[in-house]
Amino acid sequence: MPSLTPRSIAPLSILLLMFAMLAALLLGRFAIPISELFRFLAAACGFGQMPVGRYQLVHSLIFEARLPRVIAAVLVGAGLSVSGAAYQAVFRNPLVSPGLLGVLSGCAFGAALGIIWQLSPLAVALLSCVTGLIAVATGVGIAHLFQTSSILLLVLGGIVANALFTSLLSITQYLADPVDQLPSIVYWLLGSLSAVDRHTLTLVAPWLAFAIVLMCLAGRAIDALSLSDDEAHSLGVPVQRIRYGVIVLATLICALTVSLAGMVGWIGLLVPHLARLLVGPGNGRLLPVSACLGGVFLLAADGVARSVSTGEIPLGIITELFGAIAFVLVLHRVRRGWL
Amino acid sequence: MTVLAAERLSCRLGQRLILDDVSFSVRPGDNIALLGANGAGKSTLLRILLGLLRPAAGQVTLAGQPLQQLSRRAIARQLAYVPQSHVPSFPFSVTHIVAQGRLPTTGLGHVADGADAESVERALVELGIEHLRHRPYTELSGGERQRVLIARAMVQRARLIILDEPVTGLDYGHQLRLLALLERLAAQGLSIVSSTHRPEHALACANRVLVLHEGRLLADGPPHAVITCDLLLRLYDVHVRQVEADGHRFFVPC
Repeated sequence: MPSLTPRSIAPLSILLLMFAMLAALLLGRFAIPISELFRFLAAACGFGQMPVGRYQLVHSLIFEARLPRVIAAVLVGAGLSVSGAAYQAVFRNPLVSPGLLGVLSGCAFGAALGIIWQLSPLAVALLSCVTGLIAVATGVGIAHLFQTSSILLLVLGGIVANALFTSLLSITQYLADPVDQLPSIVYWLLGSLSAVDRHTLTLVAPWLAFAIVLMCLAGRAIDALSLSDDEAHSLGVPVQRIRYGVIVLATLICALTVSLAGMVGWIGLLVPHLARLLVGPGNGRLLPVSACLGGVFLLAADGVARSVSTGEIPLGIITELFGAIAFVLVLHRVRRGWL
Repeated sequence: MTVLAAERLSCRLGQRLILDDVSFSVRPGDNIALLGANGAGKSTLLRILLGLLRPAAGQVTLAGQPLQQLSRRAIARQLAYVPQSHVPSFPFSVTHIVAQGRLPTTGLGHVADGADAESVERALVELGIEHLRHRPYTELSGGERQRVLIARAMVQRARLIILDEPVTGLDYGHQLRLLALLERLAAQGLSIVSSTHRPEHALACANRVLVLHEGRLLADGPPHAVITCDLLLRLYDVHVRQVEADGHRFFVPC
């Protein structure tokens, strides 16, 4: 049997993602046999017959109940993985996760604010996205107060922004109605795809997909960020422009994923490492493969979240639990080159 | 014909004068050793030559054109830089690192093609490191890393390679092999400027030595004419004795 090469893993990861999407569409409390899916597709294309009631049931299950959630899971998983890999390249540090510059704490504060202001779900999503961007702008702004382009100062700016917006979140939680609003905030912070509605998805998904594709296309430029600044300049690479471009894009992706699913942890750290084990550190392959594996991971986590109990377990709990275990299992191989 | 000319360069760091009125030129095939004590201004001079730092006064011209009028890519097509050390955070393969030398020619949007692979392979073979091509760069020894970075500079097809203390941290064998390599590259018509703390290295392989002392260019000439016991006393404040053997000059502490 021929061994897997980095070149063959990219198409395989796309196939795996398509298989996982198909499985997520068919499986659930009400499973749809694959033969029934084919009958449904044939009937939809006018090549066969299907009882009207059954046709409507399958149509409703796939297109109304499951497809929005599957699309959201794939985009959120892919987005967090791609932005995690990009942040790791920008900061030349394999232990960086997408929340480094404060985007997640900013998003959390915005969402909590939206919940106590009793805004609509769409407005909460948009507000969380905006405050996430403001948090990162705050971190980058603090770094620029010192008029240098040092990565260390960026990280310090991120630490300050994280602390600032985490404290704002705490104040918001303190002020929230403990009976009604506080549980909503806590549940939102645990992450979930159950609240994804068609309206929010239609608004967010095209931008998120576009940003993920754009990031994947920038793989070679992101590779250049592994160089020291002096080396990059001496190779004619506009390192500052690339660095800030990637930070803006990765932050936007993160904020959009949070607006769809709340806080979903560990994917941005774990999945890029798994992908790096398979295809190596070159971002040209790493980013698309991370995107596919991130989508698969979140589909699987969402499947577990929906099916292990009668109620739905928050997605963030599942990703953190399985992510941490998986990370420990692969750590002995992942650490090669950086520990 | 001049590859690079430094004209009356001065540089300040706060109130401190780091470089003071430094002028010299680099011709094709020059293998120049830049000698000086710690804090003499060597690294600052190299950064100015690379266009990474603006001088307070004076200018650098590359093939007759002022550096400030050239884009970074245009500079990179003529001038390559080998840093003292480079350890990426991720285990990129040697081929990947060497192929980055194509960036000034192809740009970032380019998809690697046969010409890139051929160029990388030629440099790997020329430096005798083709057996390392699939190895992670992070797992190489110091000497192997220096060779990989020189291979990247060769892929860059620059006419001048600037090396920042290239033998630092290398064992004796790797030091000698690296110096022989620089001599060979200069014999092929490439220009080399490398900073060093070892006068013996300048004597062993350079055809010119630039001596920086407290920011001023103290001497510019053939190593055997420039490097003397008096010069080393002035630069490093150490008394040494000169020993000649088989046409080679050595210095031993008194």
